[in-house]
Amino acid sequence: MMEKMIFGRYIPADSIVHRMDPRAKLIFVFAFIAIIFLADNAWAYGIAAIYTLASIWMSGITVRFLISGLKPVMILIAFTFILQIFFAREGRVVLDLGFLTIYEEGIRQAFMISTRFLLLVFMTSLLTLTTTPISITDGLESLLNPLKKIKFPAHELALMMSIALRFIPTLMDETDKIMKAQMARGSDMSSGPLKDRIKAVVPLMIPLFVNAFKRAEDLATAMEVRGYRGGEGRTKYRLLNWHIRDTMALFTLIILAGILSWMRFWL
Amino acid sequence: MSREVISLDSITFHYPGSEQQVLKNVSFSVREGEWVAIVGHNGSGKSTLAKLMNGLYFPKAGSIHIAGKKLEKDTVWETRKHIGMVFQNPDNQFVGTTVQDDVAFGLENHGVPHEDMVRRVHSALRQVKMDDFLNQEPHHLSGGQKQRVAMASVLALQPDIIILDEATSMLDPTGRQEVISLVRALKQEQEMTVLSITHDLEEAAKADRLIVMNQGEVYRTGTPEEIFELGDELVSLGLDLPFPIKMGNALKAQGVPVQGQHLTEEELVNELWTSHFKK
Ligand SMILES: Nc1ncnc2c1ncn2[C@@H]1O[C@H](COP(=O)(O)OP(=O)(O)O)[C@@H](O)[C@H]1O
Ligand SMILES: [Mg+2]
Repeated sequence: MMEKMIFGRYIPADSIVHRMDPRAKLIFVFAFIAIIFLADNAWAYGIAAIYTLASIWMSGITVRFLISGLKPVMILIAFTFILQIFFAREGRVVLDLGFLTIYEEGIRQAFMISTRFLLLVFMTSLLTLTTTPISITDGLESLLNPLKKIKFPAHELALMMSIALRFIPTLMDETDKIMKAQMARGSDMSSGPLKDRIKAVVPLMIPLFVNAFKRAEDLATAMEVRGYRGGEGRTKYRLLNWHIRDTMALFTLIILAGILSWMRFWL
Repeated sequence: MSREVISLDSITFHYPGSEQQVLKNVSFSVREGEWVAIVGHNGSGKSTLAKLMNGLYFPKAGSIHIAGKKLEKDTVWETRKHIGMVFQNPDNQFVGTTVQDDVAFGLENHGVPHEDMVRRVHSALRQVKMDDFLNQEPHHLSGGQKQRVAMASVLALQPDIIILDEATSMLDPTGRQEVISLVRALKQEQEMTVLSITHDLEEAAKADRLIVMNQGEVYRTGTPEEIFELGDELVSLGLDLPFPIKMGNALKAQGVPVQGQHLTEEELVNELWTSHFKK
């Protein structure tokens, strides 16, 4: 089941979206999140949806793949949709079953909120699906760099993120190993009353934490020995390259923002 | 005679906040191009010695000279450029998210310009035969491969001295062999000075010189042959004799006329199959 889940995963491929500068993609996604809130009618949502589908199409990822990979999120969206329909109490009555009344406004709200949610999930997934975590980290560091003037630790934050990313699989393996070792000793983590199960987790967490601290200490030593003394005076191995396509992508987003605000404020 | 690149003079050390004297009056020196192995039981202070040579801690008494310069708080970053270190746990010294990022990490720290950096990353990985794994992530590599990447990270920084602190102890026999033959090649081709810390006497047997540590003191120094003459004395220091030596001793005990010490199985076998003719 976890295999099929694509939330936060990177799928290697060679599309124009994959090749975009991570900084452009980050700005793009954050700007899109803001812009989508400009939409306030079905037409505007339709345009935003077309724009999103076009972006997905350019990445070579299929919508079907996205939907099947995001199943838990889809269920959540369906649930929000139903709640909206049942609980809105405005506008004309569409259906009256006595115990349940459905209003026109409810249907409208349900469609708009779930479309917005869906488009946001699609766009953010598109970022993580087409960008390696390390590129996202590099992009973020570069975007946050100006904030160093106000003592914001951009380099440290990026380094922390990249070390965390590097150690996730290592710690997962270790958790698995400790779990098996405890199971071999007769520990039961998957059945019995909740209180017992929580108790069974303690002998898992303690060795995991102790080892993680040991690893952190070793890693700090290894870094210092290789000359690490903070972000000052460091050069970068991975260079970010801004191309015309990155400017163009942001340009199309400005057009989208223009259209949506025009529909909202002038129409 | 070549010059001394490492010299320790009457080093005494205890960790901050602990009474225990970890190192007591330790003195030795290593000459340029030499391969010296430090052996000793667990807790005899070997790793502590390595940490002192890299300025991660400073001795309470005595002095350390690296490449002719005294190691002090102001010179520590300069000194570190001369020394590359490989540690025991292959996972805990892998900083980058991929092989090439890890090798680049040290170069980034030293502010090496980008083109230079790319060239040095590739050539270091070629030296350790890991250049086919540039974008591989650490959890897809074997322990031996990770240690070779660690060696590449060190080589990319072009140090004069490599210190290996039990770098092979967590590896399987194949991985161990890979790392040891790599070290030997580096020593021969680049005249690198190697200081390998180990409690595997078989590995130590390949060094030019051995330093035996016991309870924070230098117990004995000498060539591998001289040290293995000690025989059971080494066992009482908590060390395990290499298999060919144990075998030779056992044969002697059975009355088989084996002459001298044999550090490798090959030497022992050669002695055995020719022994009949010598009679
Ligand atoms: N960070 C530390 N703080 C306090 N004591 C330590 C620390 N590291 C090692 N020691 C102690 O110093 C002694 C020597 O340890 P170490 O140099 O790691 O030995 P070796 O590498 O030969 O096994 C041991 O008794 C150990 O308990
Ligand atoms: Mg040690």
